[in-house]
Amino acid sequence: MPLELVETWDEFTDQKQYLYTLNFGPQHPATHTTLRLILTLEGEKVVRAVPDIGYLHSGFEKLGEDLNYNQYVTIVDRMNYISPVANEIAWHHVVEKLLGIEITPRCKYIRTILAELARISDHCLNIGTAALDLGAFTPFLYAFYQREQIYDLIQEASGQRFHPSYTRIGGLMYDIRDDWIRMVREFVQTFPKAHSDIHRLLTRNRIFVERTKGIGILPRELAINLGCTGPVARASGVVRDLRKDEPYLAYGELRDTFQVVCATSGDCYARYLVRMEEMLESLKIIHAAIENLPAGPVNIDVETKEVLPPKPDTWRTIEGLIQHFELIMTNRGLETPHEEIYGAIESPNGELGFYIVADGTDRPYRCRTRPPSFVHFAVFPYLAVGHQISDMVAILGSLNIIAAELDR
Amino acid sequence: MALGLPENVFIANLDKLANWVRANSLWPMPFATACCGIELMAVGASRYDIARFGAEVMRFSPRQCDLMIVAGRIVMKMLPVLQRIWLQMPEPKWCISMGACASSGGVFDTYAVVQGIDRFIPVDLYIPGCPPRPEQLIQAVLDLQEKIRRTGTLTGREFQQRTQLQTPQLLTAPPSDLIVAPGDYRTATQRWPADDKSSSVSSSRWPLPQVN
Amino acid sequence: MLQSMIAGEQLLETLRERTGCPAISFSTFRDNYRILVPREYIYVVLQCLKEGFGFNMLVDITAVDYLYYPDARHRFCVVYCLLNTQTGQRLIVKTFLDEPDLNLPSAFSLWKAADWLEREVYDMFGIIFEGHPDLRRILLPESFADFPLRKDYPLRGRGERHDFPAISRAES
Ligand code: SF4
Repeated sequence: MPLELVETWDEFTDQKQYLYTLNFGPQHPATHTTLRLILTLEGEKVVRAVPDIGYLHSGFEKLGEDLNYNQYVTIVDRMNYISPVANEIAWHHVVEKLLGIEITPRCKYIRTILAELARISDHCLNIGTAALDLGAFTPFLYAFYQREQIYDLIQEASGQRFHPSYTRIGGLMYDIRDDWIRMVREFVQTFPKAHSDIHRLLTRNRIFVERTKGIGILPRELAINLGCTGPVARASGVVRDLRKDEPYLAYGELRDTFQVVCATSGDCYARYLVRMEEMLESLKIIHAAIENLPAGPVNIDVETKEVLPPKPDTWRTIEGLIQHFELIMTNRGLETPHEEIYGAIESPNGELGFYIVADGTDRPYRCRTRPPSFVHFAVFPYLAVGHQISDMVAILGSLNIIAAELDR
Repeated sequence: MALGLPENVFIANLDKLANWVRANSLWPMPFATACCGIELMAVGASRYDIARFGAEVMRFSPRQCDLMIVAGRIVMKMLPVLQRIWLQMPEPKWCISMGACASSGGVFDTYAVVQGIDRFIPVDLYIPGCPPRPEQLIQAVLDLQEKIRRTGTLTGREFQQRTQLQTPQLLTAPPSDLIVAPGDYRTATQRWPADDKSSSVSSSRWPLPQVN
Repeated sequence: MLQSMIAGEQLLETLRERTGCPAISFSTFRDNYRILVPREYIYVVLQCLKEGFGFNMLVDITAVDYLYYPDARHRFCVVYCLLNTQTGQRLIVKTFLDEPDLNLPSAFSLWKAADWLEREVYDMFGIIFEGHPDLRRILLPESFADFPLRKDYPLRGRGERHDFPAISRAES
């Protein structure tokens, strides 16, 4: 590891006179949201980069201690807001692990499809905006159009296009309609066209390649030491994907339909390529999952006393009403074990984990998020040193930092 | 005495003229901090395309803009930045507060989030929603254009009268002393520990607010 | 499950031997394996886990404030989540802390990932990591005086969020 973050130099040496400091952000188009970098420059070369974060710290974890396990899903949504469904799935995956619930096959498949749709939309936005920062506007429009298609799918399934809050403990808010399956099939068919359009616009585009190749190289050892996961780590040759390594949802059954995409060079271009290829792999998963969608209920059995009964039961039968109240009343609610648990899924950005401390009531005592963006942004100083100032936006774009997840 | 006007000369009220020009060339400054910012991007992207309404020239430098769209929650650390950017924008300028968070704090009633930017900077238009749909933002831009056309003046006289913040009053008591529905309804029916030490308050695990 | 229990016992034996700390205990819940380490030994244990057992990735550092937890005997707990990228094994290392002595050795020299994670724990709980190169607040402004994720800090804060000057239309 040639680069040392904490190197400090004497404030008063001669060398210092030639350096100047540039403040980058917090309101800057290439930071997308709210990041701030303090760059020390020698000419145009960056000799030191100190990120300053917290411009969007809104107390998610504190809020989580005040809401119950089902309510908190609305907040979790707002964490990685370019793929909200992935967060919901992560949260309820961990809560179900805590409670020991095994969800129904149909629910597993639907969640898998949603998670992969989220991955595609995340990568689309990331590639679009990364290209936008490097001066290419058209891929952004193409990519965003595909996001709109995915918004339509999510809206059709849940009723809200952006923050669906669709998952519940032990299932989903409600089942999908058959029309949705048709829409997903349609998407699976039309997406490769758009994907190849983006491919042709960027992959061999001279300007894009020159500005990303060899920029921000993250060696494999450093990637592991810094805790990188997801596309960032895979672009550096770390062959790790929780979908294969610790299969959750339906990934265990679908494991033969997709492959883990890796690269070895670890630069911005490799990260771009990994994301591009991952979208196609996701598409394969969606295709396999939608064709094999099992029938049956989406929620686990009401007898377990962990899910709300269907609405007609609540209105028409006394048992349904009682159970509804058992879960909703403030002095009742879910029984949880006095335990702590860490669980994680492979979100589009990397390993999104939750550490939940339960104390018997229906609210988490502590719910820590393990945010991939936070860990990835800590990598930035190591990548930035030695590059030109104009490369900063390329590196930022390739790391896919989401401020709300970064700061929570 | 009849005054003949040559061709191509129009007479108009100067205010009207200025309003017409200003309303149709709003340059937004996207102050996008969170999820609403992504919807703001969607408005600029292909399906919704705000260019149809003459407000697509997003400029990230406050000195070139006259409409600030605050999209997303503003937290303690960001607020001074927001105010500074607002002060840097040239007159005449307007501000749209997009989304529940910017307008009121939204779901984030926590220690770090400012409960509505209108407590600290003037706001012309609020858009509800979490996030608002793109159509709502477009409608807001249209409404703002209408507002400029109706109330604008060449010299910005309409701003001079707005010396007071037209906002909800700032809270006088520290928020921990307030019981705000529906936040603490769980403890609202219980006694506070200061009243009665012997009671089994410990059965409630929620930290009860201290009375000062 | 049984196999991993045995593996856990073995791991424990080796750890006790190598670090010379008898008081390490082991527990499992679902698929999580946890060891509880006295705070004096946390650095040696982490070092041993990294160098001897191949836990080369530090996934997460967090803390828990047990102030209102039923039957809790300690105030704080610092949690390290480790991962062996070769075998995919995960291990959670916990250590308890009590006021007034909230110091722990920093794990920065083992994993660089600890840099920001420790800063966040310091920011939110006020736990000090000795030997950390740059222990400042990371998420909250420098002027913030409290540690918000402690249980005795109210959810809505103590009014810090209202403490700014307002700009009216006429003066801007
Ligand atoms: S209003 Fe909703 S969508 Fe907008 S920033 Fe707030 S939480 Fe995000």
